[in-house]
Amino acid sequence: MAHDTAHHESNIGKIWKVFFLLSVITIVEVILGIIKPPFLVETTVISMKLLNWIFIILTIWKAYYITWAFMHMDGETKGLRRSVVWTAIFLICYLIFILLTEGDYIYEVFKGGYKAWDF
Amino acid sequence: METTVNKTGTEDKIWGGGNQPLKVSYGKMMMWFFILSDALTFSGFLAAYGFSRFKFIDSWPIADEVFNHFPFLHGVDAPMYYVALMTFILIFSSVTMVLAVDAGHHMKQKKVILYMFLTIIGGAIFVGSQAWEWKNFIKGEYGAVETKAGQILQFVDAEGHRVKLEEIAILNTNKERVQHEAKNGIWYQGEATLPTYTIEEIRTGFAKQNDLLIRMQTLTEDGQKTVLSREESLKRLNNDAIGIVEGANLLHNEYGTPLFANFFFFITGFHGFHVLSGVLINIIIFINVILGTYERRKNYEMVEKVGLYWHFVDLVWVFVFTFFYLV
Repeated sequence: MAHDTAHHESNIGKIWKVFFLLSVITIVEVILGIIKPPFLVETTVISMKLLNWIFIILTIWKAYYITWAFMHMDGETKGLRRSVVWTAIFLICYLIFILLTEGDYIYEVFKGGYKAWDF
Repeated sequence: METTVNKTGTEDKIWGGGNQPLKVSYGKMMMWFFILSDALTFSGFLAAYGFSRFKFIDSWPIADEVFNHFPFLHGVDAPMYYVALMTFILIFSSVTMVLAVDAGHHMKQKKVILYMFLTIIGGAIFVGSQAWEWKNFIKGEYGAVETKAGQILQFVDAEGHRVKLEEIAILNTNKERVQHEAKNGIWYQGEATLPTYTIEEIRTGFAKQNDLLIRMQTLTEDGQKTVLSREESLKRLNNDAIGIVEGANLLHNEYGTPLFANFFFFITGFHGFHVLSGVLINIIIFINVILGTYERRKNYEMVEKVGLYWHFVDLVWVFVFTFFYLV
């Protein structure tokens, strides 16, 4: 598509805002990763530590900002956006679900003592 | 804008290539779908990593103990700082990239040149940092002993501080085992470098120092490595240990299961390869910008397309960072 320069107002302010936000999220992640608050480590939500859930949610939040603000996904048509984002989200969720379930099953088998793995 | 290269003379022909179904140019749409497929490739790797990790959920290496180096701070335990710095460098290079795209929209050649230059520098620093991270991981720090079953036994003192092999080993001055070299063999083949110490040297040294204990791969309830008692430590070392591990490669890993090293090398290596190719593509486009190619085209969409790829590399790193260093 021919870009009509007249239609592009400058986004510089927004870019720096997003950079600031990404930096803050990263700093929060690093601080949490270093101090590892006992409360967050001990609490388990859906068979994972609450701290890990926080990390994953913050990561997805960062991914959202990178895709929407830096890659200008917000400016694309609904069709393109959905064909890329929905496809990825659906397939990745499916893959993670089956592989992690299987991994947990194998862990249980190992733990069951049918296989000596430490000798 | 009359004279953009994107205009191919087929604009009016709906069935002759003039149609733009999603209101983006062919190149940009294909870049998006390439990114989608590449994202799925990376997800496959990371999900496989998750699979292996769930399989060994109670004995996985603790990332903070593995990646705790920082340049010029030798022997200082600095987990996370270096990788946080790397993440910042990559995010910042993403920012300069998007600034270059923005300047391109306004046809400001000088600014595009400056921002693309900064992006390339950021990418190069990142790849270099990753190489340094690899070097530390391959070299290892404390060394460990491997058992018959491939379990890793590490050494700690009474306070739980890690102890290096060199502090334990009592050197045997008349070693019988020498490095086999290609010139001595019938088949003109050498062997891999011998470890610095033999298992016997470690055993004698360990028996002499009464405060030394062995640390296992398995994790306790609160996520720490299990430390054996002195008697058990001696038993494990004398009965089960068969070899020395220094550092990490694809077969042995002093920090724990070799799978950790395999996935680390593979996923960060594949990502690093993406960064490297991103830098190279950026350099090509950078040269084109300097030559004024896009000025003549009156369109900087090419910068936008490599920008998409570059942001994608950043996007992947955000996930690699989380799953290798944080979780």
